[in-house]
Amino acid sequence: MNIKEIQEELIDEFSMFDDWMERYEYMIELGKSLPLISEEDKSDDKLIKGCQSKVWLHAELNDDTISFTADSDAIITKGIIAILLRVFSNQKPEVILNANTDFIDEIGLKEHLSPTRANGLVSMIKQLKLYALAFQTQLNQ
Amino acid sequence: MFDINIIRKDFPILNREVNGKPLVYLDNAATSQKPQIVIDSIVDYYSNYNANIHRGVHTLSQEATDVYEIARKKIQKHFNIKESKEVIFTSGTTHSINIVANGYAEILQKGDEIIVSAMEHHSNIVPWQMLCERTGAVLKVIPINSEGELILSEYEKLLSEKTKLVFVNHVSNALGTINPIEIIIEKAHSFNAAVLVDGAQACSHIKVDLQKIDVDYYVTSAHKMCGPTGVGMLYGKKELLNQLQPYQGGGEMIKEVTFEKTTYADLPHKFEAGTPNISGGIAFGVAIDYLNSIGFDEIANYEDELIAYATQQLLAIEGLKIYGTSQYKTSVISFNIEGIHPYDIGTIVDKLGIAVRTGHHCAQPIMEFYKIPGTVRASFSFYNTKEEVDVLVNAVKKAKMMLQ
Repeated sequence: MNIKEIQEELIDEFSMFDDWMERYEYMIELGKSLPLISEEDKSDDKLIKGCQSKVWLHAELNDDTISFTADSDAIITKGIIAILLRVFSNQKPEVILNANTDFIDEIGLKEHLSPTRANGLVSMIKQLKLYALAFQTQLNQ
Repeated sequence: MFDINIIRKDFPILNREVNGKPLVYLDNAATSQKPQIVIDSIVDYYSNYNANIHRGVHTLSQEATDVYEIARKKIQKHFNIKESKEVIFTSGTTHSINIVANGYAEILQKGDEIIVSAMEHHSNIVPWQMLCERTGAVLKVIPINSEGELILSEYEKLLSEKTKLVFVNHVSNALGTINPIEIIIEKAHSFNAAVLVDGAQACSHIKVDLQKIDVDYYVTSAHKMCGPTGVGMLYGKKELLNQLQPYQGGGEMIKEVTFEKTTYADLPHKFEAGTPNISGGIAFGVAIDYLNSIGFDEIANYEDELIAYATQQLLAIEGLKIYGTSQYKTSVISFNIEGIHPYDIGTIVDKLGIAVRTGHHCAQPIMEFYKIPGTVRASFSFYNTKEEVDVLVNAVKKAKMMLQ
């Protein structure tokens, strides 16, 4: 599936819910099922600033795609991470850089995009794209 | 006679909905809501007598000046301050603190000591750290115990001839503890140290007599007392304020200006450079009148009952822990549920129309002390109700169910 198809799939999944509570329950489930990352990857240099909850993001280049792993100490934040990783992990750097984030609005999580929420969704997306930019530069060398 | 139904009608915002639910506003420690009479006073000023103050000879300017100065006198009377010139209008508590900190930059010598408490808001720590960097003075910290109270025996050990200034909040914004400021002031004075008390969190709950407690400086913000944002008070004893250098230069604060030398105006204008927040100052006075019309004893009685009820109801939730358990506390309940991040609880509770604060409440040293990332903080005012407490408790239960 390409990145657009993954986003469509997420929008489909979330359209099944009638209210915010079901959406949040699903996000909490996604958060709980997010694979744990190793303690050594929970270092301060992988911490994303600007989050009320802690978010660690780790990135690796495998051939020409980036795989992301991430964790948080808050479960709703982990749910958001799970959604982001499903979309952005194992994609090529240029795909990540060019991807838009309209799907977040469409799955009913727009409120988390406000910079004043301080939940770090905006910071997370920024950090994902910064990694993509760094790896793309590396690939072009 | 304290009638909650009548009081709630004074606050238009309490009628609105959030996320399709009636608003339950429990973030009063961040800012209070405003009664219609305060809102009207701002509209009235701009509609009927807006003019710059203290300088015009025209009627409008005179009217505005009179009302603004009446507000200063209301503040003076409310806090039982000896002279109205000891009341400095500022933009708020942070500004007030910075005026004092800046003044002490000229007074402190290398090796002098400033004592602050471990339960301070960041706005109370940073100016003193900056001051210590500038002057070579040393910052000492009064530790807290597990109840969230200052350890006074440790405070006494910190005091010495080197102590020049002691700085504590009257009520902790993160824990709600009421600090024993009278004892703190008395002990500091026995070493000739001055005391600055931050009353931002106290003034909407406690009426304080500043002459009686003999405090040297006391600061607060109008917006926590049903007044507008952007205006606050610095009280200082006249002889101390006279020694402090002005914080900002500009109009209003000067007596004579030549290119050789400027002489500063007398108090309070020395610290009130530029055009002040005129409508804010006026509305601050109206807010104080409003609170007094309800009565601080009535407010305290009602709020104590509300806090006791909320504490009891919340503690009935399994795994819930309250931080700040002093018997001397007001208005704030800071809590966590075992195994759940405060941010998660705050998010769910917000979806249910309830405004609480989550995070470190600008008091990271306290969070470090308890080894927690933050808390959920519900902070109450006299316009909150037991029914709202029930809504909060049910929401927290629901959040717990979803998150565990």
